[in-house]
Amino acid sequence: MSHTPHRLELQNINIGYGDKIVLRELSFQVPHGSRVAVVGPNGAGKSTLFKALVGLLPLQQGNIFIHGEALGLHQDCVAYVPQREEVDWRFPVTVEDVVMMGRFAQMGWLKRATSRDRDAVQKSLMQMGIADLAEQSIGQLSGGQQQRAFLARAIAQEPHILLMDEPFTGVDVTTQEATLRLLDHLQEKKVTAIVSTHDLNLASSRFDLALLLNHRLIAFGAPREVFTKENLAQAFGNSLLVMENGMMLVDECCPPDEQFTIND
Amino acid sequence: MSFLLEPLTYEFMQRGLLASVMVGVLCAVMGTYVVLRGMAFLGDAMAHAILPGVAIAYILKGDLLIGAGVAAVAVALTIGLFSKDGAVKEDTAIGILFAAALSLGVALISAMQTYAVDLSHILFGNVLGVSIGDLWLIGGLSFAILLTVAILYKPFLVISFDPVLAATLRLPAELLRNLMLVLLALTVVVSLQTVGVSLAAAMLVTPAATAYLLTRRLLPMMFVSALIGALSSVIGLYLSYYFNVVSGSAIVLTATLFFLFAFIWKRFKK
Repeated sequence: MSHTPHRLELQNINIGYGDKIVLRELSFQVPHGSRVAVVGPNGAGKSTLFKALVGLLPLQQGNIFIHGEALGLHQDCVAYVPQREEVDWRFPVTVEDVVMMGRFAQMGWLKRATSRDRDAVQKSLMQMGIADLAEQSIGQLSGGQQQRAFLARAIAQEPHILLMDEPFTGVDVTTQEATLRLLDHLQEKKVTAIVSTHDLNLASSRFDLALLLNHRLIAFGAPREVFTKENLAQAFGNSLLVMENGMMLVDECCPPDEQFTIND
Repeated sequence: MSFLLEPLTYEFMQRGLLASVMVGVLCAVMGTYVVLRGMAFLGDAMAHAILPGVAIAYILKGDLLIGAGVAAVAVALTIGLFSKDGAVKEDTAIGILFAAALSLGVALISAMQTYAVDLSHILFGNVLGVSIGDLWLIGGLSFAILLTVAILYKPFLVISFDPVLAATLRLPAELLRNLMLVLLALTVVVSLQTVGVSLAAAMLVTPAATAYLLTRRLLPMMFVSALIGALSSVIGLYLSYYFNVVSGSAIVLTATLFFLFAFIWKRFKK
């Protein structure tokens, strides 16, 4: 039997902290180079899923396979763009330093950067439009620029799978555009991108697949099939509002400007 | 010129100066991680926690530095064990061990017959009593610690700045974290002789905090910190010679002055 193994395959996994299981019996498969939007209410387990995928949280049950091999055997093929709150912005590093960290595993932990590493860093900085900020301290940048610096680092890692946790929340339009362009570019390069977002509109227009979560898998597939009234009601419960014209609103974030809409 | 050279005519001053500079540089470099990782409390705790090791070594008539070293490494690893997987928070684990070890040390020392002089040496250092053997030990340990920091520069940078990246790149973060604690413990032990238990934390924190104000990147921060540590040691020791004050205090106060200058400079630059 010779079929190409899926890029990413989760088999019946349970993930949680101690006795508390956050995600239960999760199974899905992501083919080569697809863009996956992970959607679900706050606390549904989106970040938990990402932490398990990068190996930060041990699985309590089940298996994760990348290229058909168990998680951990592929040293540096998963890159992760963290949420802004997870980073210590006062740390004395420049933008270039941060991006260079993405090269550490490839160059070897005890070796110096080669010209190939420096080229990769330069290219990533240019691709995210922050080459002119290379010498700046990471703490001096705006929120959107900081996110682009971390996206540049993820590109410099040359990953097969890129995970982004809420990259569209609280950033400027330039950064949102740069992030979306990067998603398209990654697809051309057959890089799988898994992105958590609250924005159902973006999820259905700019992604190939949608993963609807609420402590378990509610639906997975093409966004149009996943974002049905029934599925969304299951995921979001009372915070889903259905308008008369068929428009659906998800109202579950605290700030009023974070309501999201989708046209059915 | 004779002002500078006169103290150096004494051999104990030469040894003291050499020891102070080595300790100043070592503490300053390890101190960058202490400052950046928010481990100031840990450094202070560790310094005090080595007291029982010193006391036991004293009772057994062994080498005080070796006693201190064993105690420091034991405390460092126990802190790592207690706070592993978030059983208790790290600062709680530190607080418990800090108090327990300090109490044990004081209890042991108070049970001895003649402790007054030696206790003050342990608490405040006795830089003028550095022997040739001590110098070799300080030099050897300093070299080994700094070499480890240089070799593991990139892994230490990543686990300090971004633990999530460390996990995606499959770094053995737990092991590196414990290694860093052990290096910190050994640094405190080495500084026992020159600034003593009570002031070691200051030598870890103050030069590094000063360098943090003056630099924007980790490597320059380490070098500037080392320079301030070395300068503070030299100036402090001369002050101690001419004004007849305890050397540890003079060194720490000099470092504090550097910090104040840097702080004011930074304020005015804005």
